[in-house]
Amino acid sequence: MTLWQIEIVPAKGYVDRKGLEIDQEAKELGLSTIGTPQTASGYLVQGDLSEETVTALAKNLFSDQVVEQFSVNKVTTEGKLGNGQIRLYVLPLPGVTDAVAESALKTAKRLGYDIETIRTFSRYLFEGARQNEAEILAEKLLANGSIEQTIWGNFPFTEIQPSSPYVLQKREIELLEATDEEMVAISKEWQLSLSLVEMKTIQAHYRSLSRQPTDIELETIAQTWSEHCSHKTLAGKIEYHDENGVRHYENMLKETIFAATNRLRKQWGKNDWCVSVFKDNAGIVRFDEENNISFKVETHNRPSALEPYGGANTGIGGVLRDTMGTGLGARPICSTDVFCFADPHTEAKELPPGTLHPKRIMKGVVSGVRDYGNRMGIPTVNGAVYFDKRYVGNPLVFCGNVGILPREKSFKEAMPGDYIVAIGGKTGRDGIHGATFSSAELTSESDTLSGGAVQIGNAITEKMVLDVLLAARDKNLYSAVTDCGAGGFSSAIGEMGEEIGAEVWLDKAPLKYEGLSYTEIWISEAQERMVFSVPPENWPAFKKLCQAESVEACWIGLFKPTGNLELKYGDEQVGILSMDFMHNGRPPIVRKATYSPTEVTPFPLEKVASEATQDRLENSLLKILSSLNVASKESIIRQYDHEVQSGSFIKPLVGLKNDGPGNASVICPVLGSRRGVVVSCGMNPYYGDHDTYHMTTSSIDEAIRNCVAVGADPAKIALLDNFCWGHTDRPETLGSLVRAAIACQEAALAFETPFISGKDSLHNEFSYNDPQGQRQTISIPATLLISAMGQIADASRALTMDLKEEGNALYLVGLTKNEWAGSHFGLVNDLTAGEVPKVDFVVAKETFTKLHQAIDKRLLRACHDLSEGGFAVAAAEMAFSGQLGLELNLDNVLLKRELQTLPAKQQNLIALFAESNTRFLCEVTPENRATFEETLSGIPVAHVGTVTQTDTLEVTSTREGSKKIVLRNADLKEAWQRPLRS
Amino acid sequence: MTQPKVLILRAPGTNCDLETAYAFEQAGGVAERVHINQLLESPSLLGEFQILAFPGGFSYGDDIAAGKILALEIGHRLADLLHTFKDQNKLILGICNGFQILIKSGLLLNDLADGRPAATLTWNDHGRYEDRWVHLRHNESRSFFLKGVEKLYLPIAHAEGKFVPTSQDVLQELNANRQIALRYGAPDSEKEEELGWEPVVTFPENPNGSIGDISAISDETGRVLGMMPHPERHIFPYHHPSWTRRTQQPKHGDGFILFQNAINYFQ
Repeated sequence: MTLWQIEIVPAKGYVDRKGLEIDQEAKELGLSTIGTPQTASGYLVQGDLSEETVTALAKNLFSDQVVEQFSVNKVTTEGKLGNGQIRLYVLPLPGVTDAVAESALKTAKRLGYDIETIRTFSRYLFEGARQNEAEILAEKLLANGSIEQTIWGNFPFTEIQPSSPYVLQKREIELLEATDEEMVAISKEWQLSLSLVEMKTIQAHYRSLSRQPTDIELETIAQTWSEHCSHKTLAGKIEYHDENGVRHYENMLKETIFAATNRLRKQWGKNDWCVSVFKDNAGIVRFDEENNISFKVETHNRPSALEPYGGANTGIGGVLRDTMGTGLGARPICSTDVFCFADPHTEAKELPPGTLHPKRIMKGVVSGVRDYGNRMGIPTVNGAVYFDKRYVGNPLVFCGNVGILPREKSFKEAMPGDYIVAIGGKTGRDGIHGATFSSAELTSESDTLSGGAVQIGNAITEKMVLDVLLAARDKNLYSAVTDCGAGGFSSAIGEMGEEIGAEVWLDKAPLKYEGLSYTEIWISEAQERMVFSVPPENWPAFKKLCQAESVEACWIGLFKPTGNLELKYGDEQVGILSMDFMHNGRPPIVRKATYSPTEVTPFPLEKVASEATQDRLENSLLKILSSLNVASKESIIRQYDHEVQSGSFIKPLVGLKNDGPGNASVICPVLGSRRGVVVSCGMNPYYGDHDTYHMTTSSIDEAIRNCVAVGADPAKIALLDNFCWGHTDRPETLGSLVRAAIACQEAALAFETPFISGKDSLHNEFSYNDPQGQRQTISIPATLLISAMGQIADASRALTMDLKEEGNALYLVGLTKNEWAGSHFGLVNDLTAGEVPKVDFVVAKETFTKLHQAIDKRLLRACHDLSEGGFAVAAAEMAFSGQLGLELNLDNVLLKRELQTLPAKQQNLIALFAESNTRFLCEVTPENRATFEETLSGIPVAHVGTVTQTDTLEVTSTREGSKKIVLRNADLKEAWQRPLRS
Repeated sequence: MTQPKVLILRAPGTNCDLETAYAFEQAGGVAERVHINQLLESPSLLGEFQILAFPGGFSYGDDIAAGKILALEIGHRLADLLHTFKDQNKLILGICNGFQILIKSGLLLNDLADGRPAATLTWNDHGRYEDRWVHLRHNESRSFFLKGVEKLYLPIAHAEGKFVPTSQDVLQELNANRQIALRYGAPDSEKEEELGWEPVVTFPENPNGSIGDISAISDETGRVLGMMPHPERHIFPYHHPSWTRRTQQPKHGDGFILFQNAINYFQ
């Protein structure tokens, strides 16, 4: 057996791009001796192979003979290096998914090479670098300790050892006699994240059975009861105190958000267009005569904080499996991605210990989403990125997916006697304790404690699963399906068999490598696995279908009507649990939540307005356009395939040069039909710093606004909630969340926009010791992502936001109020005061309805919603995206009545930058003006200006007798594009 | 007249098969999606088809290099079959990953005398995946797919689309043989630019740094075409990224003509 090392470098005359990038990034890190290392990609190949054979492999399989060259050597522990040279190898840790190595091995075998194993590596050769600088570079940039190992100099081995087989060893935990302290210790030692009360409940249960639990039983209970799987806080009892007194919730989510949906469905009666809400992997609603559509948004925050690429990668992989496991299987048709990071320009020395640099997190997350989504062939059509320094230890990664499925495939039910069949990826030690880990707080030591919770995905395995899943679904080969997410088999089988009972043969599960214990197999969160319930008579056909597409399918158990979950390894029973105890035995948690209104500091309108010269107003506009939340995200969007599947009707980037900020995307998932799905989102953590109720209604208004602005019918918009909060054990933190949930309930009822699915991620706090040894904790701002899925009957009536033609009229729809708290004008001018924007539900609903009528009658040429930065920003974006000018007069902007007596200067400031909700800018041709005004009668609408050929945004005020803003499109656009340009 | 049959070959990771099949069907063909395993099992299947299409995607994850593994598999097990197919006056189209597969399998261009491939598709100059619409120019190549085409506006979506010929000679020969099928260009340039090694247009117009601004290559018969841009993503007028700026919509998107030409070839 020989271990060979193949290294591939650019051919003569071709640049080493990776080396140049490292040079650049090392300089940014302040490392002066790194220079441009020579980089190579490499393969370790083990087998009975001659040098000629390995050379042939290197030539034909591993390298590109036009642009690359290779070298082949036996691996040695004693290689020499030149003077001043430092060599670094980076390899995936054993057990971490190495998709390229797996593919290479399979291919080499198919081509007839007798190879035992292949592993990939990267090699860096530094000339004249200082060792300590090279080590810093490795840690900060080249390797991530949670998935990769670094080797300096020579490989320390000349053979890759296979893992040793597992010998069954059944373990029991001494629980019956354990004291409180011992139980807390057990929970901690086994990383169960169970509270003492929960441990005591388990102890009482086992005392009644007069036996000790086995390790696998305890692990199963911990997975099932984890916050991640059971949402015990929000779906639990809460005693909520606010300015109106006390409310007792038995199940907070059920009584607020779900209740609103149920009431709407009842109200609609036979016109109810919801199909399945809050119970399946995703919410399902009606689409056309044949199909329903589903929508789910997941968070993958903790893994992304430790290993951004893998975390985001498996985040998108997971939500795609949610779609695939919805009903009897939906086909993913588009994805959405929303991220929250700290400022990528933060100085490295300002970061708390144990955090990755936000720039590295952002780059990793974006690449992770890109590589998985693009490979799966799912267009990523919508997203947003928010920046705030409080996300430094807890970046947020929201991955969403819309699916389509035939109406009759919307429900599933596993039947007693069905086979339990696992397909897709093999099981390894990946992601052990992911579910319980994501329910715990991050600390600066998390990366050493929880490395096992981080994984890398393999999108092609999942694509293969998707292909056979859809074929098997259409042949009616199974009765139920679900994905393996957090908790792995334990959660998937536990949920599917909840009403029946199941027997599982853990030794049958296909493994990536030997040595896994029965418990590891059971709770592993290895990616790309789905579990099916297959009637015995269909098993042969199901298996054949999988084989035909090289997908591994394995029969690992039976659904048996025993009410028990029985776990076996070989002939040995390693655990038996009653489904009832697992799913209903968790002691209810009663939590206290309090909310007290924050005092409003008045906005210094008079002072700010008196200083608002043309110069300052222009400067504020440019600064808002350059603020990271508003600035162009084109460098990210273009890395995602947003057009695969050919359903793209309105793209994320719009306008004359395909670079303007679209309100929402439209895709038509049934080729040949123009019925479209509209996807948008709303989020504003800054408003939440003032009041989470109004933050929530504002975010809902924003999500709906974005949808309506491209042409979606406001009578058929479904919503999703994703709560990411700090430590909800603190009553005031939980109180701010309950207040947001109440806002969801009230807005959903008022707008008749049902919530159909949701997810929460709590305890998003980061703790570390500061240089003085004091424990510090950073909590994220209250962050609620509202995602909206609308529909448009005929997507050829859809609209974009770019100005279309000189001479058209510009209207401002909606009333502008003196609302500044959390605004971007406040942000760029260091002002946090004022009232937070509120939503007038009655006016808003009527506005959405009437505006939609106007769009449906094709009366508009462009429409853009007003959000961060208000009127000035929206107008600027419309102008530079259409490369046309605008002449606007602030006198015409409709302000709330009591503001109309203010001095002109103050009125103008409000008109330009206040962030009131439910406002749109509409471009209308001269011949359609009368009909447009008539259609919108009864709601606030004002003719505020005209589209010009000048390529300049010109804002004047007659009452003030002066120009307020005069800026060229080129300058506006440059301000907007510069900050996040790649 | 019978409708031409189109085999849409899919492999693990292929992801543009449905829309490519749809485009051929809109043009009047009968499309069938066939898994590579099925074709390897019964190669004679191919005989029933007139057109073979390699759609876009990430065959086998594009592991090692884009299209490489499927190209090797085809070269190893189906080379004779496909060369026969080609010689029977039938058509082969490779889009994006399909182009990468065609060029790396030797189906599109013959290897050089020294055994090296004539050209490759490698990493975009900026080193990333990119989705972007590009302006393409056609100058009377021998490709039957491009008959009557002067300009096209289509999206690219790839990480490894930089076309690199092995030598200057290869480039000149491709040019002399009228095998350079499409070139990236500026939006409003009327004339085709002189061909040279260095690109004439720069990023983003030439989105990947392709030598000679080349985005599509024909084989020496005109019956095999490999192209990086996606014609199946512009068959409806509403696929155009700024269709909302138009007041009238054309009947089809720019890419439709390629599928129509392919079907018409047999009628």
